[in-house]
Amino acid sequence: MLKQYETVFIATPVLSDAQMKEAVAKYTGFITANGGEIVYEEDWGLRQLAYPIQHKTSGFYYLIEFKAEPEFVANLEIQYKRDERIIRFLTVALDKDAVAYAEHRREMKAKGKTNVVPEGVVEEVEVEEEVTDYDVEPVEENTEE
Amino acid sequence: MAQNDNVRYLNPPTVEVRKKKYCRFKKAGIKYVDYKDPEFLKKFLNEQGKILPRRITGTSLKFQRKVAKAVKRARSLALLPYVTDLLK
Repeated sequence: MLKQYETVFIATPVLSDAQMKEAVAKYTGFITANGGEIVYEEDWGLRQLAYPIQHKTSGFYYLIEFKAEPEFVANLEIQYKRDERIIRFLTVALDKDAVAYAEHRREMKAKGKTNVVPEGVVEEVEVEEEVTDYDVEPVEENTEE
Repeated sequence: MAQNDNVRYLNPPTVEVRKKKYCRFKKAGIKYVDYKDPEFLKKFLNEQGKILPRRITGTSLKFQRKVAKAVKRARSLALLPYVTDLLK
């Protein structure tokens, strides 16, 4: 049974375009050669990293969605680990909600919209303060003469 | 003698009406929290990049777990920082 996965890897920024294409071709070829099928590919290009990895502050991100046998994922990750061009990778299995989301995301990308999250979710969270004491002190009425 | 019945306030005490918190995922019908969208996940982080508790965001437990997982995945892909100052 083929299961759907999604993998993102970050390649070093020193690669040229041709070298990057070659690296992508290696992994897509590796997936298809092992009985998997590519569902979707996406090139995020050169991005700034949120923190330095191996003294590098940027990297080429690449996303591949694919279907494969569960045993294959370990082999793919071994290939990533042996590859010096790859500085970070993440492979996740997609459940049915994730697959639905991925399809929705693809459609939105095809329409050229960058905002994938539906409207109404974008509003800010209000951090409320604890109000315990009143500004007004109670004033006792003096009934004594 | 001062009696408790006679306590008066200069201004009427303001009773704050709090807005009921709600889970934005349940309200909007979102089922999957994406780790590839750091701008969206930043709504659930404080300025140091820590995950905000449920009692502040109002997220339901089910989705808080998913948010936490997505944030952690995004961190490992360097889409979000592990520690920082002035995230927003």
